[in-house]
Amino acid sequence: MSINTINPDTWVDKYSDYLFNFTIVRVNDKEIAQDLVQETFFAGLKSMKNFKGEASERTWLISILKRKIIDHYRKINSNKGKAEVRINYTSDGETEGDWLEERVADPFDQNAESEIENKELGVAIHNCIGKLPEKQAQIFKMKTIEGFDTEAICNVFDITASNLWVIIHRARTAMAECLEKNWF
Amino acid sequence: MKTDNNLFISCEQAKYICDKNQYGDASIIEVIKLNIRLIYCKATRAYSKKNTKLTNVIKTSNLQTLSSSKKKDMKNQLHKKLSK
Repeated sequence: MSINTINPDTWVDKYSDYLFNFTIVRVNDKEIAQDLVQETFFAGLKSMKNFKGEASERTWLISILKRKIIDHYRKINSNKGKAEVRINYTSDGETEGDWLEERVADPFDQNAESEIENKELGVAIHNCIGKLPEKQAQIFKMKTIEGFDTEAICNVFDITASNLWVIIHRARTAMAECLEKNWF
Repeated sequence: MKTDNNLFISCEQAKYICDKNQYGDASIIEVIKLNIRLIYCKATRAYSKKNTKLTNVIKTSNLQTLSSSKKKDMKNQLHKKLSK
């Protein structure tokens, strides 16, 4: 019995941003993240027959993506010597004490915890955006995250400015509610 | 939604201006009108507070999206594979 169906045509619009944020938290590189998302879509296409419809499309894609990320780390770690720590501090006059400087804590740096929190927040926000109706989500993303001008968005979607603000208002209200539930 | 010349605006108008203000798109007069309403309207204050919180959260999360050209590229490649 399959309740969930699969439709690759909508993948890029629906899931690419979510998957991308999920990946970038884990690999920390834009280019690599893009490639991994693309590979995930391809792999999904290949194994479409095996999709049983028990999970949602997104969950299924995420599980593929997780494999891809693990594969990625396997690949870079098998390049010999990369994991080695090189130490080349010498004790001759000028460079003496360099190691000390490297180990001084930087109080202005964000601590690791707040960084992780921020990254998870990104995923949470995309989760909420995913729940918006598609047009609302697109416009909200363009306006809020990519920072397009009102006029530019109006042209793309062929709507008036007040129309846009109504859509933004609905999106923001829904977002606030969703984040209130899942994050704050 | 147009805001009229009156300095006292409705709650709906206030929300509308507040949304605009989150993106720095509200005019000075609109901001003044909003602030007047904020003084005496509890609902507007609550909305404004929530709205600002949302903006801050999104800002601190440093969200990333794929560029639309990259998305188009992905779509094309998917189509190519699909038609095979």
